[in-house]
Amino acid sequence: MRRRKFLALMGVAGAGLALGKTPAQAAGNVHFEGYPDAKAVLFDATRCIGCRKCEAACNKVNKLPAPAKPFDDLKVLDGERRTTAKAYTVVNRYQPAGAAAPVFRKLQCNHCQEPACASACFVRAFKKNPDGSVTYDASVCVGCRYCMMACPFNVPAYEYDEPLTPRVMKCTMCHPQIESGELTMPGCVGACPKEALVYGKRKDILKIAHARIEAFPGRYVDHVYGESEMGGTNWLYLSGVPFKEIGMREDLGVTSAPELTSGALAVVPMVAAVWPALLGGIWAISKRNGKVADEERKEAVKTAVAANQADNDAKLAKAKEQAEKDKKDSIEREVKKALEEAASAAKEEEGA
Amino acid sequence: MTSETKKTLFTPFNIFAGIVLLIGAYLTVMRFTGGLAAVTNLDDNNPWGIWIGFDLLCGVALAAGGFTTSAAVYIFGMKKYHSAVRPAILTAFLGYALVVFALHYDVGRPWRLPYPIFLQPGTTSLLYEVGLCVFLYLTVLAIEYSVAALEWLGLKKLRSLVHKLTLLLTIFGVVLSTLHQSSLGALYLIAPSKLHPLWYSTYLPIQFFVSAIAVGLSMVIFEGTLSHKPFHHKMDATFLAEHDGVILGFARGASMVLACYLAIKIIALGADNNWKYLVSGWGAWYLFEILGFVALPSLLYAIGSRERNIKLIKWTAALTVFGVVLNRFNVSLVAFNWQLPSAQRYFPSWGEIGVSVFVVVVGILVFRFIVTRMPIFYEHPEYKDAH
Repeated sequence: MRRRKFLALMGVAGAGLALGKTPAQAAGNVHFEGYPDAKAVLFDATRCIGCRKCEAACNKVNKLPAPAKPFDDLKVLDGERRTTAKAYTVVNRYQPAGAAAPVFRKLQCNHCQEPACASACFVRAFKKNPDGSVTYDASVCVGCRYCMMACPFNVPAYEYDEPLTPRVMKCTMCHPQIESGELTMPGCVGACPKEALVYGKRKDILKIAHARIEAFPGRYVDHVYGESEMGGTNWLYLSGVPFKEIGMREDLGVTSAPELTSGALAVVPMVAAVWPALLGGIWAISKRNGKVADEERKEAVKTAVAANQADNDAKLAKAKEQAEKDKKDSIEREVKKALEEAASAAKEEEGA
Repeated sequence: MTSETKKTLFTPFNIFAGIVLLIGAYLTVMRFTGGLAAVTNLDDNNPWGIWIGFDLLCGVALAAGGFTTSAAVYIFGMKKYHSAVRPAILTAFLGYALVVFALHYDVGRPWRLPYPIFLQPGTTSLLYEVGLCVFLYLTVLAIEYSVAALEWLGLKKLRSLVHKLTLLLTIFGVVLSTLHQSSLGALYLIAPSKLHPLWYSTYLPIQFFVSAIAVGLSMVIFEGTLSHKPFHHKMDATFLAEHDGVILGFARGASMVLACYLAIKIIALGADNNWKYLVSGWGAWYLFEILGFVALPSLLYAIGSRERNIKLIKWTAALTVFGVVLNRFNVSLVAFNWQLPSAQRYFPSWGEIGVSVFVVVVGILVFRFIVTRMPIFYEHPEYKDAH
């Protein structure tokens, strides 16, 4: 997928600086509208009779294991089902409030224009092909199941009972069979007896869908589901009842999955670029602060020691001086005393 | 040291650990012979369980003490916390090693874990960023931790060579931690339709990053408390003298970081105008989380550090750790797939819990093996002042 690689490179190069904008938008005013010749399938819920022939055909062309209950057993429709590792497509029956008859809805991979699974896969196991299909390569898959977390339609399934070689399983839009010439259209489409499924170029399919709404405005809800949901899908839906009544979410928005994460991805190179400079700067400042504090401490100690020394010297000098004086005084006193003694001795001699 | 020599191998903890290891061995065989279905309650709607919600998300968050402590000491120059670095680095190293170990149970083909890094990188994936950063950071932590092992082995030259890399490794560690701590939150950005609006926010990456800092600081306090009794004889005078200072300082830091985290949570609520959800069962659960485990510990930390109440701080650390675990569980399990009918919701099997407990016990055993042999809580006599 060249475009995805381009996006990734732009992201790494930090082209998507502005938070919340995709790198593609930042790089130019470009909006991806899908591959020009991409195919799509239109499912018309007003035509589906819930015969499960599409399920049987899917099982056959994809060589999936035989189900527990045969495909002509319509009791299966009593419970709501989802796609599994053994069934790429299932049909559910709904009884919308106010509707005279039940409405059926077929479920399979919607083949998003900008697939969440492909965007989320950390080993590029998913690929959006130019024919519109999204396919999976088990030879690189690690089995992390982030694709299943990311898919807004809860489509990919996993072989939980495979101990060492589990695969993610989902509809391929029969991409391998069509590419090899085995089929000319997806197995389910070819098997539908009521033409509830139509296969063609997405551009043409959209025109057909809108034409039906225009021709029978009373019959359809005025919305082609998948035209813009999650950035658009290559499986499109028409319905006579609100889509949420037939198990389809109406709150997914029109933002594609890659756009939801591009802002966070764009910040990555900035953290790698800015953090070392910032942290290195903080380190340098704290080191310098430590050094200055150290020097100041040394200087203070030196000053204190010097002042102390001078004080001591003065005291010592004073003490010395005192000692000298005392000594001098005592000598003088002794001399004086000796002289006095000598004088009195002389007097005594004179008197005798 | 008579009490030392008299010690029996059959202490209550050792018996417990032995049983857990046996259960772990049994579950390992089950997982690699019967697949995930044999051990887990995972299904197509709930592809990620507690092995991601706890082992990965909580494991990485709880190991954040490594980068926060080493950044505080080596980058911000808070040298008085130096004795806290080695236990924090060791915990982080073991934490990340165990995260990678636990992932081997969860992913389908664990031997392919290097594929995204070396064979075919999917650079548009947030999980790629997580994988690359965890791989690089585990390497960084191994090198940082190796200093203690090299001292133990007496390889002086190699030790001083590795030691010279400290600053470089610390900065690299902070960059990598910023990226993958936040990316764990960013993993959920791709699924706004599955995560309840009270927990979904474009600020999820920054919420995960800031709360990781808070829990990293708290883990240093919490784990120091747990280590104190069994390993007291291994702690040197410096470690013991600095211990209360570490607790008070980290409590002050954690109080501020939690206040910041609270602010970010409230801003996120306002930015998406999600106030209306507060008056619902989900709202009550959300308020329980942010009032009881963000606002309250922030306040208690502040009181504890002002009044030098070590006991209060230790309890608050436990509260914060529990709060971040609760947050990761809410994002990855409780509020994820909230719109599915209750019959289709996920609850872990005993096997999943068993493996998670097994991983934690392995971590404690390796931690004990290392701290009773290598200079973690004390400085090696031949390398005093060598930092």
